Amino acid sequence: MPVSLSRRGLLGVGLLGGALLVGVRLPLRPARAAAAGPFTPNAFIRIDPQGAITFIMPDTEFGQGIYTSAGMLIAEELEVGLDQVAFEAAPPDTGQYHTALKAYVSPLLGEQATGGSTSIRGDWQRLRQAGAQVRTMLVAAAAQQWGVDPAACRAERAVVIGPDDKRAPYGTFAAAAAAQPVPDKLPLKPSSAFKLIGHSQPRVDTPAKVDGSLVFGIDVRVPGMKVGTVLACPVIGGRLRSVDEAAAKRVPGVRDVVRLDDAVAVIGDHFWAAKQGLAALDPQWDEGKHARLQTADIIGAQEKASQRDPEVIAKDEGDAPAAIKAAAKTVSAAYQLPFLSHAPMEPVNATLHVRPDGADLWVGTQVPARARDTVAKVTGLRPETVQVHNHLMGGAFGRRLDVDFITQAAAIAKQVPYPVKIVWTREEDIQHDLLRPYYYDRLSAGLDAQGRITGWTHHGTGASVMARWQPKGMQKDGKLDPDTIEGATETPYAIPAMRVGFTRVEPPGITTAWWRGVGATHNVFMVESFMDELAFAAGKDPIAFRRDMIGDNARARAVLDLVAEKSGWGRKLPKGVGQGVSLQLSFGSFLAHVLEVEVTPRGEVRLRRAVVAVDCGTVVQPDGVVAQIEGGLIFGLSAALYNEITVQDGRVQQSNFNNYRVLRIDEAPRIEVHMIRNDEGPGGIGETGTVAAAPALVNAIHAATGKRLRRLPIGTQLVGA
Amino acid sequence: MRRLRPVLLGALCALVGIAFADTGRAQSPTGAPGQTVVQRGEYLARAADCAACHTPPNGQEFTGGYKFSLPFGTIYGPNITPDKATGIGDYTDDEFVSALQRGVGRGGKHLYPAMPYTNYTLMSREDVLAIKAYLFSLTPVHAESPPNDLSFPYNQRWGMVFWNLLNNPDHRFRPDTAKSPAWNRGAYLAEALGHCQACHTPRNFLYGLESGRAYGGAVVQDWLAYNITSDKESGVGAWSDDDLAAYLSTGHAPNHGPASGPMAEAVDHSLRHLAQSDIRALVTYLRDVKPVRTETPPPRPVRADALGERVFREACVSCHLLDGGGRQTPYAALQGAHSVRDPNGTNLLQILVRGGAIATGGPTAFMPAFGGAYGSEELAAVANWTIGHFGQRGGAVTRKDVEAVPPPGPASAARATPGG
Amino acid sequence: MLTLSINGTSHQLDVPDDMPLLWVLRDVIGLTGTKFGCGIAQCGACTVHLDGQAVRSCVLPAALAQGREVKTIEAMAQDPVGRKVQRAWLDVEVVQCGYCQSGQIMSATALLTATPKPSDDDIDAAMAGNICRCGTYVRIRDAIKRAGEA
Repeated sequence: MPVSLSRRGLLGVGLLGGALLVGVRLPLRPARAAAAGPFTPNAFIRIDPQGAITFIMPDTEFGQGIYTSAGMLIAEELEVGLDQVAFEAAPPDTGQYHTALKAYVSPLLGEQATGGSTSIRGDWQRLRQAGAQVRTMLVAAAAQQWGVDPAACRAERAVVIGPDDKRAPYGTFAAAAAAQPVPDKLPLKPSSAFKLIGHSQPRVDTPAKVDGSLVFGIDVRVPGMKVGTVLACPVIGGRLRSVDEAAAKRVPGVRDVVRLDDAVAVIGDHFWAAKQGLAALDPQWDEGKHARLQTADIIGAQEKASQRDPEVIAKDEGDAPAAIKAAAKTVSAAYQLPFLSHAPMEPVNATLHVRPDGADLWVGTQVPARARDTVAKVTGLRPETVQVHNHLMGGAFGRRLDVDFITQAAAIAKQVPYPVKIVWTREEDIQHDLLRPYYYDRLSAGLDAQGRITGWTHHGTGASVMARWQPKGMQKDGKLDPDTIEGATETPYAIPAMRVGFTRVEPPGITTAWWRGVGATHNVFMVESFMDELAFAAGKDPIAFRRDMIGDNARARAVLDLVAEKSGWGRKLPKGVGQGVSLQLSFGSFLAHVLEVEVTPRGEVRLRRAVVAVDCGTVVQPDGVVAQIEGGLIFGLSAALYNEITVQDGRVQQSNFNNYRVLRIDEAPRIEVHMIRNDEGPGGIGETGTVAAAPALVNAIHAATGKRLRRLPIGTQLVGA
Repeated sequence: MRRLRPVLLGALCALVGIAFADTGRAQSPTGAPGQTVVQRGEYLARAADCAACHTPPNGQEFTGGYKFSLPFGTIYGPNITPDKATGIGDYTDDEFVSALQRGVGRGGKHLYPAMPYTNYTLMSREDVLAIKAYLFSLTPVHAESPPNDLSFPYNQRWGMVFWNLLNNPDHRFRPDTAKSPAWNRGAYLAEALGHCQACHTPRNFLYGLESGRAYGGAVVQDWLAYNITSDKESGVGAWSDDDLAAYLSTGHAPNHGPASGPMAEAVDHSLRHLAQSDIRALVTYLRDVKPVRTETPPPRPVRADALGERVFREACVSCHLLDGGGRQTPYAALQGAHSVRDPNGTNLLQILVRGGAIATGGPTAFMPAFGGAYGSEELAAVANWTIGHFGQRGGAVTRKDVEAVPPPGPASAARATPGG
Repeated sequence: MLTLSINGTSHQLDVPDDMPLLWVLRDVIGLTGTKFGCGIAQCGACTVHLDGQAVRSCVLPAALAQGREVKTIEAMAQDPVGRKVQRAWLDVEVVQCGYCQSGQIMSATALLTATPKPSDDDIDAAMAGNICRCGTYVRIRDAIKRAGEA
């Protein structure tokens, strides 16, 4: 499966077993981190002489439908139907070893990673170019063979069509096309000529997901494979002291007990044996220095930090403190967002076969190169001897941007001679997840006599994910994690004086991680909650207040107006029912959301209807946009209503869906998504719904009850209120 | 039976459990041919449920440290392995007999009646010494129990002298020749060994048993030990012999729901290890217990509760089914269960909030804890809906009742979820 | 030794009686379409049919499936209702990551077999035990209704 690219010069065109592999040279945009490399070719398309067409996907698929929508970009220019194409996960690529081309590095993230709703934005040019170049070369090869002018030929559904209706399938020209010069910077179709882009296509990955045939990482079965499960010290940072290995080995089917510093694994013929073995182990732990760690202490530290001056100022325009001081009215509020687990439906898992001369890794990962490199590091093998078989993922939500579970699985697998699949229980998955940071933010603003914002300060506190995950991405001499102020410095509003700062407070022992919506989920909640409070302080309707502050941002105004119209904003609602609005510019897309909720006299929140207006520029896969917003909203509402991870005496208190509750079908609102279509560059969409969920929810609860909730989750805060 | 064990476990929503006919490890009743004293002692120790109170949570059997939370303080079940320093390794036969029959331990130290010596006193010396022989056959384990923490005057052990005068008859079991051998065997098992009354009989203010209401049911450590007299309405008089036998030996009987809480533990540690002949003897004896009528509110029509039904559909139907029939296992059947016919939902709340499990000898049946993630309003609503729907009673559970149940500790990969 | 009938095929299996059916399916027989999600019957990813009734295989001891017909997602294409449900799932584009969808389809098929034209309330009652983290609920409801009309 790994695609070996031949390096004929730097053209990146090669014939491998008669298959045409085309790399296209594309200038990479400078990455966010300073990791931008030289101009390098890359490779996304393979056509073998029998005509089989394979797309090698630079982005990983975990439900967002990127194989389909990124595939559409290639297919549009290549002139093939998605039904004619097979899809393959790209191999690890760091610009070294067998893929020496950095082809699969995300132009926006600066490394091989799928996240931050960047895929379509990163692929928009390069994948269409890739398709156009291959089509051009195939047509050129055909024209040459037929002795006609290439301009007299065209392509359609993987067939080159020449004068006199001469036709031959792409495979016919695969070998000849490889000898063609690689054209550069080809003109791409105007949007008026799109056949696929902008028209919903059936998803390419779903037929295998409705008949059970799709092999997720957890479904891998390798000859001779055993199955293991693992228990890490329940206290964060604790160490394994001893286990009753004999007791575990008495369980029928148990093969091995493998000790790690901070965890123990039991391996058996099947998961059940491993789990029973684990239950018999009676592990003893050295609980270590976090044995007294409490969530309350972490919150306390952030609360204190939020009252001091920010550690780093990210934006300082005008004199916000002075403007607030001079304002007719001043409003201040503090908001809190909890630690969160990802809890994708597929518990984290990794299958490894470590041999003296190399290793195979079967896994679902958002970062294939990191996955390879951690296996190499743990086993001492050279990275090029580690084969990564990347699988479609049963959800990720950021969880699979980290490789901690692969590192752990490698440490286990290198101690046994056979292939082993390590599957975490759901309890392990939640209790040893890497958490979305806790945020404790303070906002202040001044209003003038007309109820317009004169000045705005926002001081966020919390952990930095970037500092751990990609230190190169830090700004301001390593002091500012740009993710922590995402959505705080750039809002849809024109505020005359603004000061935004952040103080990094790292919770002891807890590793924080990316979580769907990343920085925007944090700051849009703060900004939109506060905008709502300001609207009420100004005595204005929340949408009217926002409209007044939008300035000349026409795209923001358009989504806000559309959502007001479609949601029936302002109409009379029954007692206990309220509408809340939120507006955002996130991931390059504008989105406005009106949520209608009912709060029962017993404090129960019922979600009635969500209406979204979105402008994400050029729409590639319209139904995919709708699906991502629907799903993203439900993911965000689920968290906002119910989810938090708490720590008591160093132990995560939540363990499974009985106490880390997930929104269910009977609780889901009706959802309408209205798109504004235009020819702007495409924006990201996979996380926008999640960002929009919580602020509209608390604003709607306020409209329904008059009660302003400044801390998530909602939980039982309305009970007995 | 561990009568004072703080809230733990229970299998109202038992999932995995199935009743395999043959469970137990020590199946031979006493006196079987070829049985050694140690084997007989092991069987008797099971019947007397020593393990329940002398085993720490998730720890090694008989090593002590089990915590009793009493109204007047905390005491710990001691180590009863033959370790000389921390266990009972220095006990002579007479000292051991004195402890079990008179509640006076080595060196004249008075035991607290959390130790059911007022029941064990009925045991014959021969049986007591068989238990000792068994305990002394175990590997000694050095394990210190935490010090007891009782308030005055309860921390004055000498006070037990007077309590014993009132409450400990200090006499051996005397068979009733007018009754059948099975009845007498059942009586010995229930009164001397199993100490069923310790939970099922209400106590007076001095912690003595109200003998007039023997087996009439009592709330012990937040759990309701049901009325198990022969009363047809309040007790188990309407149960068939087979149902009673099944319930005692497997923790479950059709249309009576599963055992939960301390009773689930009694089945696990003790009853499921008993021979069927002994189980039948217990049934014979219980059949003959004087009926005691408990005041129970009359059935009320089901009150519609949208919130309760909603929570039930979301969190409960996967095991119990909407009709309460139990989906994966009969242990999950709610129809007829005692716990859903108690309008106060005493046991129902324990298991809803804290979860529970019952080891049946076959697969462990368990229910996850829903406290914490589900709000008290929701849990009260689902409790009342369950009581109304399956118990045909008007549930009277309030949010405050739910909040009075302490939240569960964390589960982990190794514990608390025996399933999948 | 257990004898289980799975998707019409009889299997002789040397597994512990208390081993949940889920792991017999996935790790012994190799039918991996049935998913592990929680292990405590809270998510529904492991749903299979036992004599036509939807059950959570993660908490169903294999011994209890003896003498009864087990059907998994892999057999739904041969089931007249299952086939309609799969079709509707694709027509409505329900699926995102897809991990929960085997269980969703098994629950929906059991529902539609018993109740060919389910109301919203019927759907809530039958499907509330199946979690989807991608949040495909709105479309699941649509697809069930569509399958009911097909």
